[in-house]
Amino acid sequence: MFEIKLKKRLSGTGGDFDLNLNLSIVEDDFISLFGPSGSGKTTVLRCIAGLTDPDEGFIKFGNKVWFDSVKKINLTPQERNVGLVFQEYALFPHFTVRENLEYALDKGQDRKIIDELLYISDLKELSDSKPQRLSGGQKQRLALARAFVRKPSILLLDEPMCALDRSTRRKIQIEILKLYKRYNIPIIIVSHDMTDVFKLAQKTVMLENGKIMNSGTFSEMFNKESDRKSEFVGEIISVQKNNGIYIFTILVNENLIKLSVSDNEIENINTSQKS
Amino acid sequence: MEILSPLWLSFKLSIIAVPLLLLTGVPAAYFLAFSKSRFKHIWEAVVSLPLVLPPSVIGFYLVLLFSPNGYIGSVLKSVLDVQLLFSFPILVIGAVIFNFPFMVNSIKAGFESIPAYLIEASYTLGKSKKETLLKIMIPNIKPAFLTGIVLCFAHTVGEFGVILMIGGNIPGSTRVASVAIYNEVEALNYNAAHFHSLILLSVSFIMLLILYTVNRKYKGF
Repeated sequence: MFEIKLKKRLSGTGGDFDLNLNLSIVEDDFISLFGPSGSGKTTVLRCIAGLTDPDEGFIKFGNKVWFDSVKKINLTPQERNVGLVFQEYALFPHFTVRENLEYALDKGQDRKIIDELLYISDLKELSDSKPQRLSGGQKQRLALARAFVRKPSILLLDEPMCALDRSTRRKIQIEILKLYKRYNIPIIIVSHDMTDVFKLAQKTVMLENGKIMNSGTFSEMFNKESDRKSEFVGEIISVQKNNGIYIFTILVNENLIKLSVSDNEIENINTSQKS
Repeated sequence: MEILSPLWLSFKLSIIAVPLLLLTGVPAAYFLAFSKSRFKHIWEAVVSLPLVLPPSVIGFYLVLLFSPNGYIGSVLKSVLDVQLLFSFPILVIGAVIFNFPFMVNSIKAGFESIPAYLIEASYTLGKSKKETLLKIMIPNIKPAFLTGIVLCFAHTVGEFGVILMIGGNIPGSTRVASVAIYNEVEALNYNAAHFHSLILLSVSFIMLLILYTVNRKYKGF
């Protein structure tokens, strides 16, 4: 059981704001931290991993205190046993695939897990290759597998799929679920992609400007009609007029959407939307 | 083979000085690359001083320190009964001092080129700072080490001013190749000067060529 209470002053593009987070995570929870970029999501992960110090608060894992600003306790990242998967994969370029996994082994740890992870992640054939020869998806699978080697107390995934195309993304999502079910480790995934939230997490925490705006299961949060309108951000590619109806072709997340708009409706579109 | 003695002394000096520079330079470079100390810029300036100081200034202060009446020289004299000035060991000390910025700045640039996430990944995998330094950081900045080693080696072989001031011109002891060339030219013995000069020129060129060839092949992060 994790108890996390964090406060930290952050500076963003829109000026300074306070990160203020209160979170408890039970065993085998899969939580997504969802929200726009610059809302403090990555900072939360870094604070849990011990890479960034919160200004105030505490982080407890069971009876063990990892951080406490009042009692002046602050364990180093090495003492916390956290698995962190970086946006940039952070694979060691001079090691092979196998060596990248082996490096993560604790002293005296059973090496069996290396072959097991190579097998689960479908990297066995590539075990002697250097990371630079791997595709984006393979790099991500290796980074994930490496984070599982030590069987961490918690796994933190920082936008693990932001650099991948959609089909690879889907495969990695399946991969994450596979590893999650196999090792039963609580996971926090940071993402601003709805499909990650929908497919992976049991619980979503929506963060905006450092504050929790909403939290709950996916359906609780996004399916309440009264709560929120569906919102898409897209780019208008073309506008055609056909029998008095305007057909807008809009690009939304790599998908083309055709939208028909009548003469009356077009009056109501303001200029910023027209562009 | 008396004519080869100065060249041999020059190389011996480099071969002894370079490992000492690595031993002292790596911790200094690590400190300058990663320290959050408020006074870091002062240390940066101190380390880089030998780059801009005239060799005669470095030589002058070393003579003052190591002369039998100097701060260090008097202690050495009374405790160990040794006199370092105008001997080979003072050349080693001098070489470490005037090469220090070359080694430190090369390795520091290497450390700074390592993306922070690689170091942090190693920490979150439970590895100590020392293990991260030895197994992740140093193997990934080999070109920076090569640059430091080659520059220091070539610079030691080529240094003249400091060496003449602290070592003098004693055949077989402190008369290194650069000093020997000066000596031969003074004596209008151009053939011997040519001999030493051509060898130094070739060695320096070959070393720099190897450095640039190897580093060209290296891809950054």
